[in-house]
Amino acid sequence: MTVNTPHSKSVPPPAPAGGVSWFYDPKIRGYASQIIVVALLLWGLYVIIGNTQANLTKLNQNFGFGFLTQAAGFDLSTSLIEYSSTSTYGRAIFAGLLNTILVAVLGIIFATIIGFLVGVMRLSKNRVVAGAATLYIELIRNVPLLLQIFMWYALVLKPLPGVKDAHSLFGIVFLSKKGIVMPHPNFGPGAWAGLLFLVAALVGTWLFRRRARKLQDETGKITPVWLISIPIIILSPFIGLALAGWPLAFDYPELKGFNFSGGMTMVPEMAALLIALIVYSATFIAETVRSGIQAVSHGQSEASSALGLSRGRALRLVIIPQAMRVIIPPLASQYLNLTKNSSLAIAVGFPDLMYAGGTVNNQSGKAIEVVFILMVVYLSLSLFTAAFMNWFNSRMKMVER
Amino acid sequence: MKFLKLLALTSVFGFSAAAANAATLDDVKAKGFVQCGVSQGLIGFSNPDDKNNWTGLDVDFCKAVAAAVLGDATKVKYSPLSAKERFTALQSGAIDVLSRNSTWTMSRDTSLGLSFVGVTYYDGQGFMVPTKLGIKSAKELNGASVCTQTGTTTELNLADYFKANKMEYKIVAFEKNEEVLKAYQEGRCDVFTTDQSGLYAEVLKFANPADHMVLPEIISKEPLGPVVRQGDAQWFNIVKWTYYATLNAEELGVTSANVDDMKKSANPEIQRLLSVAVKNPDGTDADNDFGKGLGLGPDWAYNIVKQVGNYSEIFDRNLAQLKIARGKNALWSAGGLQYAPPIR
Ligand SMILES: N[C@@H](CCC(=O)N[C@@H](CS)C(=O)NCC(=O)O)C(=O)O
Repeated sequence: MTVNTPHSKSVPPPAPAGGVSWFYDPKIRGYASQIIVVALLLWGLYVIIGNTQANLTKLNQNFGFGFLTQAAGFDLSTSLIEYSSTSTYGRAIFAGLLNTILVAVLGIIFATIIGFLVGVMRLSKNRVVAGAATLYIELIRNVPLLLQIFMWYALVLKPLPGVKDAHSLFGIVFLSKKGIVMPHPNFGPGAWAGLLFLVAALVGTWLFRRRARKLQDETGKITPVWLISIPIIILSPFIGLALAGWPLAFDYPELKGFNFSGGMTMVPEMAALLIALIVYSATFIAETVRSGIQAVSHGQSEASSALGLSRGRALRLVIIPQAMRVIIPPLASQYLNLTKNSSLAIAVGFPDLMYAGGTVNNQSGKAIEVVFILMVVYLSLSLFTAAFMNWFNSRMKMVER
Repeated sequence: MKFLKLLALTSVFGFSAAAANAATLDDVKAKGFVQCGVSQGLIGFSNPDDKNNWTGLDVDFCKAVAAAVLGDATKVKYSPLSAKERFTALQSGAIDVLSRNSTWTMSRDTSLGLSFVGVTYYDGQGFMVPTKLGIKSAKELNGASVCTQTGTTTELNLADYFKANKMEYKIVAFEKNEEVLKAYQEGRCDVFTTDQSGLYAEVLKFANPADHMVLPEIISKEPLGPVVRQGDAQWFNIVKWTYYATLNAEELGVTSANVDDMKKSANPEIQRLLSVAVKNPDGTDADNDFGKGLGLGPDWAYNIVKQVGNYSEIFDRNLAQLKIARGKNALWSAGGLQYAPPIR
């Protein structure tokens, strides 16, 4: 009998007398097992849907999303859009979604900044600095996030005074147990001039940076681009507004009875959640950054110092760009984690998507529909974040030659 | 985590065809206990001690159902549920009956696939404030921050009340009662609102109950009662008549102490309550067994009264500590709203 090696695929072995039973044919087996799996899956789905329908009918309920246009009846403590108890269930869920996005975006920005700093600190030659970073990472990473959220909530709330004795900053920003209240900007007509100047400053900076690079390539001269452009970027919208005759008024918070009225408020629940998410996620990002930097071969930093680059410049110009390739994929999953972890908001009563969805579910009784909506929305958020990070990743890759 | 819990509960819809289709009575008999949904801790209604022994009006109701169905009031397992989880738990079949200070409302009857059985406690929503605020009426609360629990009628009434009185407020709502109480005591909000019975119960947990006062306004009707799934008429009847049995027993003066003597009573109403067979003129026994109609044994009501007590015993045992008077919860014959159809 001939021995049949896996490599001899292209030359089918002569079938032995009598032929191999179809039962042992790997192709047939492969197809058969796939068909069986698919059939089981379909059957499972069929059973689940059938049972769900039967059980709902038994409870005199029907599946449908019509309830989303009914009045919600409950209020939310904070919302980015106009929302009150007369708004619809659909709007309640949307308000929750916006709160989730707000927390996720702010969380991602600050966790990234802190994470990069701490990640680099951990590699510092200075033992105290490196030790502090290590301590922070190990301590925070190993305590459950939910506990940390509760802890921050207590820490945020406990030391703050009541509204009557609120800490005041220049008499326009107030900090109390009811949150931090600041003036709310109201833009009048012509305020677009501020935006226009800001955009112009950004474009100008971009052009300036290109020129500075070219100059550096040609002459080796380094222009302090950021030192010059950052003040300009910051000042530009104000210049624009000033030229337009200052179409900007502020709504200042004012203590009236129980609360401040006017201004805009960040509730302590949001502050606690944000701090907890940032402090927690930054540790994971720091580790990602550290491992990314360590993945860049040591020769690179030696070569940089041989070229006379300072350690800071070497890090910024040589090491980090290469490390980014290693950092970005796990960074993306940290962002996804942060977004999903933000659903712990409910523990401190911050009205995020989970909170709003849960309350809608409870008040409308539409459990299946609400869970369905939540799954689809969280999935979309995750896919969107993943797609964005993929795009970013491929951009960073192109830089490499 | 929360999400997984919700998902698990809802997915039961998909898989639990067998459980939901079987009669709850057969199910309970087969298991040998009643799975009863209660609160996570509300003194006087359902509250565990450190040995996890549950007491309260709602808990006693669970026990009464177990006594009627299984002949043993101790055969109850408790599922502590937050306001938010409770209805899903019942819908999915995770519990047999929900006895958790739940308000009977129209939408809960019509859109949850559940049925309220009766009103074991007539309540209304109230407000509590720290005494030092010097407030005398809820009408003075314009602009206040109000702490409450999500997934309740409380958060809905609150919105209605402030809207109706053209006042503003800021809601501070948590899923867990614990968090609500902590936030109120911490000063995060100025007012704590819930069912008035809840206010009287929760203030006992505070460090200094005297520092808080309940405002006079009652802003809603909160008829609290047990809930079952729709589609099981027999179980609905059992739970409903368990409640009526406690009321009828009180009305007839039958208590846990005298129920054995009462078996000898010549009062036909008592004889029907306790399924005492009566003699026909020809000397044969005439059946007086109303348990049959429920699919239960003849001792169903006897067991309830003997092991748990009549309504007034249950009320006093649990609510006297809150200094709550019978008030609206007195029998109809004493000027209250508690009224049971006759057993006949
Ligand atoms: N009766 C209202 C509110 C019931 C409710 O949840 N009350 C709270 C506050 S007193 C409670 O029982 N909390 C105890 C717990 O969550 O375990 C309803 O049915 O929606």
